[in-house]
Amino acid sequence: MGTAPPDELDPVDYIQVTRDSYALLGFDAYRWADNTDDPADFVSPAKPLSESKVVLIASGGVYRVGDIGFTHKDDLTHREIPTSAPTDELRVTHFAYDETSAKEDMNAIFPIDSLRAMVDAGEIGSLADVSLTFMGGIYSQRRLGETLMPAIVDRVAELEADIALLVPV
Amino acid sequence: MCHQSIGLIARALEASGVTTTSISSAWSITQSVNPPRAVFTDFPLGNTAGPPNQPDVQMAITRSALDLAYSTTEPGRIEALDHEWGEEWKTEARALVDHRTPRHDTPQYERMSDMASAIERHGEQLACPSC
Repeated sequence: MGTAPPDELDPVDYIQVTRDSYALLGFDAYRWADNTDDPADFVSPAKPLSESKVVLIASGGVYRVGDIGFTHKDDLTHREIPTSAPTDELRVTHFAYDETSAKEDMNAIFPIDSLRAMVDAGEIGSLADVSLTFMGGIYSQRRLGETLMPAIVDRVAELEADIALLVPV
Repeated sequence: MCHQSIGLIARALEASGVTTTSISSAWSITQSVNPPRAVFTDFPLGNTAGPPNQPDVQMAITRSALDLAYSTTEPGRIEALDHEWGEEWKTEARALVDHRTPRHDTPQYERMSDMASAIERHGEQLACPSC
């Protein structure tokens, strides 16, 4: 089950790469979340995009100058970046991916300028007052589920967002 | 792990009644975590939403992700977008080389000046407990 990639694609299988890397290091295999037989809930948008409020949620360790940085050890906190914050005040810290592109242009992992442009063009109704960011390299799914996940769900409800755009790295 | 965290949060948000959409560059992880819907960009990790300084491509990807929320009728769709980055980078991505940096348990900053700004605003104990 689950959606397999189309034949013409040859995506890197990061689950396999991780399994092989861990085996090489003598580590136990990491148990990835497997919901292939458990479809997600499904909520159709209630309003057209041009009337909807969108919230951006990104896991690349994005913070704004003045914020406390993220730790790299299952940091379960999130930061809230005002949608109006200048893009050049955004920074990134993460332990598991190449940050070169993000440091050059944060939109590579945090497409806030695209979203702002779509609002200006009338394609999107509005953006939530803040974007929610965290350092997504969290190994413990239990701790993620107990702490970060409910915090994000609560904040999205408070922000009254209609659609959440989630961007991992 | 980022793709897993994002996928799990997307599922939780949708369960709370919010429509979610996402962008993925790790098909197998997204397939396994099975979020409500995602577009796929076949890019090196760290460029999920598009190559740096290519606003037109970034915009097209963001628009595709949002459009997906309106075109799907059942959960689990992963839609491959046709933006290309070539195949060369995949050799290194598949090599079993660990590029991760040590997992520090104190706040980390891109620049030293960011640490100073955070200390100024939040105090040393929170912003840099190891200072």
